[in-house]
Amino acid sequence: MEKFDKLTGIAAPLDLINVDTDMIIPKQFLKTIKRSGLGVNLFDEMRYDDDRNEIPDFVLNKPQYRDAQIIVAGDNFGCGSSREHAPWAIKDFGISCVIAPSFADIFYNNCFKNGILPIALPQEQINVLMKDAQKGSNARMEIDLEAQTITTSDGEVFTFDVDAFKKHCLMNGLDDIGLTMEKAASIDTFEAAAAQSRPWV
Amino acid sequence: MSPKTLYDKIWDAHVAHEAEDGTCLLYIDRHLVHEVTSPQAFEGLRMAGRKVHAPDKTIAVPDHNVPTTLDRANAATMTEDSRIQVEALDKNAKDFGIHYYPVSDVRQGIVHIVGPEQGWTLPGMTVVCGDSHTATHGAFGSLAHGIGTSEVEHVLATQTLIQRKGKNMKVEITGKLAPGVTAKDITLSVIGKTGTAGGTGYVIEYCGEAIRDLSMEGRMTVCNMAIEGGARAGLIAPDEKTFAYVMGRPHAPKGAQWEAAMNWWKTLYSDDDAHWDKVVTIKGEDIAPVVTWGTSPEDVLPITANVPAADSFTGGKVDAAKRSLEYMGLTAGMPLSDIKIDTVFIGSCTNGRIEDLRAAAAILKGKKIKDGMRAMVVPGSGLVRAQAEEEGLADIFIEAGFEWRMAGCSMCLAMNPDQLAPGERCAATSNRNFEGRQGRGGRTHLMSPAMAAAAAVTGHLTDVRDLM
Repeated sequence: MEKFDKLTGIAAPLDLINVDTDMIIPKQFLKTIKRSGLGVNLFDEMRYDDDRNEIPDFVLNKPQYRDAQIIVAGDNFGCGSSREHAPWAIKDFGISCVIAPSFADIFYNNCFKNGILPIALPQEQINVLMKDAQKGSNARMEIDLEAQTITTSDGEVFTFDVDAFKKHCLMNGLDDIGLTMEKAASIDTFEAAAAQSRPWV
Repeated sequence: MSPKTLYDKIWDAHVAHEAEDGTCLLYIDRHLVHEVTSPQAFEGLRMAGRKVHAPDKTIAVPDHNVPTTLDRANAATMTEDSRIQVEALDKNAKDFGIHYYPVSDVRQGIVHIVGPEQGWTLPGMTVVCGDSHTATHGAFGSLAHGIGTSEVEHVLATQTLIQRKGKNMKVEITGKLAPGVTAKDITLSVIGKTGTAGGTGYVIEYCGEAIRDLSMEGRMTVCNMAIEGGARAGLIAPDEKTFAYVMGRPHAPKGAQWEAAMNWWKTLYSDDDAHWDKVVTIKGEDIAPVVTWGTSPEDVLPITANVPAADSFTGGKVDAAKRSLEYMGLTAGMPLSDIKIDTVFIGSCTNGRIEDLRAAAAILKGKKIKDGMRAMVVPGSGLVRAQAEEEGLADIFIEAGFEWRMAGCSMCLAMNPDQLAPGERCAATSNRNFEGRQGRGGRTHLMSPAMAAAAAVTGHLTDVRDLM
């Protein structure tokens, strides 16, 4: 997995609550057997009209946000299905950080497996960051995962919380499966005990 | 010992390793797999030279992509990309030696209907699947939730998940339900009250007299939509109804193992003085037959209400409601029961079981659907379909003008050819009314099977109590 430590980039404002996984990547793009190549279909139905022409008003189609690496959005981002195609599409587009007042659990978890940092902050702070993002491509936001800070283009600094284990994995690009396999003995012990106590499983 | 919730008890029984910071390896008893969220996970195993750790606990069935038309044995009914996904699952199931129900098997169906039907889902288990509606299995008093594809790969390789414990939320539905009110109305009403993020970070336990009174199938409908309320998992303590449902199913324990299992299952309830981080109580008698008007499952109102005005909300919901009303083509103030319907979809992991079909058929018996209406019933599994045919329900649907389909997810998420056209308005028994969910530009109103059947007859959203 790609490491995440620091990021300075353009933030795209997506001032909408309940951005769901069907919006992020509609179902017709779930028929792939690969993880890559979904960026072109990120937010597909908001981004393109019926004739596949770009809808100019949509934030990621605006010239100043085409190279966005951060999204600032409303409450309950990523609600809906468990499809990991949502973070795959976000990452493939080039976005590595999503900032919102809250996230749906499964989406939040999926981000960390794909080198994306989701940051939850109180609404008042999101309001400030949303305004900063609305300034366009000259305003760069800075994310420092180690220090757990976001710095706006005006130099205002916000701190954020992140689970220590998830932070460690993200900063070092660690593979979860490899880490868990180091604990194989614990799993074997558990299975042996469960075979006695719950043999019907 | 300190008092525990049902969730605490199941969690504690499955922790294989706990790190100092509280990060746990949770052992997984059943891993359900379908064709859409698994190919990348199996590919990951192959690339790393890994095996499936516990193939006997891993069960696969194709459901999302499969056509539901009667001629689906003909491969030409599937698009190329869908066919590739289903074939990949065929191959992965064979290569890795996991249990498999192919499309040609009468037991094939929606993964969350097949699991309980075959007795794979049992009380006290941990159950996961790369699908958010895995919450369904919580109806058996199991801890069941959706996972992403990276986690699917993790479970395949290690039979565990890296987890932190969630919080406990109690949702109590007291008293009795009024006639015409169903499990679907309960679960939608809870989401209407708590919002789609109300359960984020929690595991919900549903309890109270109205929940106890539900059949196992009704309980599955309630737990199925825990995720629409933001909770990864919803569960209900097992009782005599649960044990009776499970007993004798193909993969349920038998003989001495049944007795041993029962001894443990009977301890699976929340202790009286257990700690709850959040409690929501709703009176059963206050719940009405409901429908959704917007594009979020929290946009729930009784069928007797009017379409709300966007400015009746606060915060970010004002803009969201404006967007919803525009997308749905609705005007504030119009009675919900005036909304005309083009299509009716009965099915899905929420409402594709035999009791759902019975409830819809009871409304449709001797009636015809409105002229010009498109209506389809998609049974949740091949066995549900066979039973409905045996009970004469299929004939009622066909005589009323419904299409009688083969099993699959179908128009719930429109990955197969069953889709809405732009602007087409659907009364659906499924679980999500997001923009484009049932097809680009399609408009979805969620409701119970009986309400969907009523709409099919009248051609507009209808209070089912008027037809009873």
